[in-house]
Amino acid sequence: MNHQENSINEACGLAPLLDIRGLSYRYPRRGPVLDQVDFQLHAGERVALTGPNGAGKTTLLHLLVGLKKAKAGQIRAFGSERSAESDFVEVRARAGFLFQDPDDQLFCPTVLEDVAFGPLNQGKSRAEALDCARQTLASLGLDGFEERITHQLSGGEKRMVSLASVLAMEPEVLLLDEPSNALDTQARQRLLDTLLSLPQAMIIISHDDDFLAQLATRWLRLENAQLNPSEPVCERPLNGLAEKVPA
Amino acid sequence: MPQGLEHSGTSWKGQQLKHRQSAVDRLDPRARVVAVSAFALVVVLSSDLMALSLALAGSLLLALVARLNLKRTLRRVIAMDLFMLFLILMLPFTTPGEPIFHVAGLPASQEGLVHALQITLKANAVVLALLALVGTQTATTLGHALAHLRVPDKLVHLMLFTVRYLEVIGQEYKRMRRAMQARAFVLRANRHSWRSIGYLIGMLLVHSLERSERIMDAMKCRGYQGRFYLFDDMRLTAVDVRFGVLLALFLSLLIGLHLL
Repeated sequence: MNHQENSINEACGLAPLLDIRGLSYRYPRRGPVLDQVDFQLHAGERVALTGPNGAGKTTLLHLLVGLKKAKAGQIRAFGSERSAESDFVEVRARAGFLFQDPDDQLFCPTVLEDVAFGPLNQGKSRAEALDCARQTLASLGLDGFEERITHQLSGGEKRMVSLASVLAMEPEVLLLDEPSNALDTQARQRLLDTLLSLPQAMIIISHDDDFLAQLATRWLRLENAQLNPSEPVCERPLNGLAEKVPA
Repeated sequence: MPQGLEHSGTSWKGQQLKHRQSAVDRLDPRARVVAVSAFALVVVLSSDLMALSLALAGSLLLALVARLNLKRTLRRVIAMDLFMLFLILMLPFTTPGEPIFHVAGLPASQEGLVHALQITLKANAVVLALLALVGTQTATTLGHALAHLRVPDKLVHLMLFTVRYLEVIGQEYKRMRRAMQARAFVLRANRHSWRSIGYLIGMLLVHSLERSERIMDAMKCRGYQGRFYLFDDMRLTAVDVRFGVLLALFLSLLIGLHLL
């Protein structure tokens, strides 16, 4: 992995977008979930982050954008050291976070308002923000959704709209927390095609191996508070199919 | 497309109910809120039966102009009247004054009867006006109108978030309730039932709290720094001014009747 990482580094001549060193985190009653974790994300990478339930995958993403505070370790993001809450405001704008439950993310009454919320927070004028929101929606094939009421959308639609609300901020990195969760085959394929067409580096948490196999360029497994490279679950269309056929 | 301020218990699905476009929809949402508030204030403060009847007639007219759905409106007005029924029935017997008739030896006073009548007229007039002018807006529009009227941000956000998450929390409640039923829970009047319902409500609160934290996190991730943005420019038009003048005249009439 190191070799691969270095070669990408050299090829691009760039420092990693995200770089964490010795990161540790523990919950009061659960013990450590991250223990001295190192990790780098480079431009163009799509990293699959797997691991058992409760291993701390979501926690790791939360630490990256400063929603939780690490007990030890350093986070460098986009070339600067980040530790205080004010440092992370910029990180959050440049690293778009897609939450597990779209209902947590879509809080505005209408789709257009929700997608424009991020750009407005970035200081865009109302006209620019609305423009940007409409363009993002259109680019995801969501034209005509502008005035829809967010809580009346279907699960797949909610997922796509929350992705739009993240992409409208034009992030350089995407942090996706179980994006294919609770999606039907069609919605899942649509999300997959969309993600494959995006240029951003990504970290994808998922238990959907088939989904990851089509998307990921690098695999990591978080287990027992350690982050280790893991073997890609090989593309196994037959197995994948077999799993879906009900017994 | 206006969707009425509708709800049924735990669900805001009712928002999808369409109401027919009417002249009322051409009024500025702020004007409608202010108009109803002024109307309600005058009606509640007046005690003249003539003025109150006129006020009720006025709000009936408004309801007609707003083309309210007859059945739905009746159901709501009756629901409110039932709520007050007890009070209205008791008042003639509890207010001291000139007895006009007796029921089972209890005297009913004229003053009490008049008082009961006043309350009924006031409540119905105000509710009808509310349903006609404010009930025909979406909850969201109402929230934005309140924000434009400089109602404190916190209250407006409380309302908008309630509208947004009422259904989510309602679904969570239904899911847990169904899970209880799936394990043969039947609501009875015993300690087990009370404790279980207590757990259910407690769990709902915990889930809501956790969800609110996740929402806050998601908002922070999109650069939220304590500011919300309103998109709709609300503009007063000639229609609003005409409506305002008309209402002012009507209210003056109501107040005038009082001074006579």
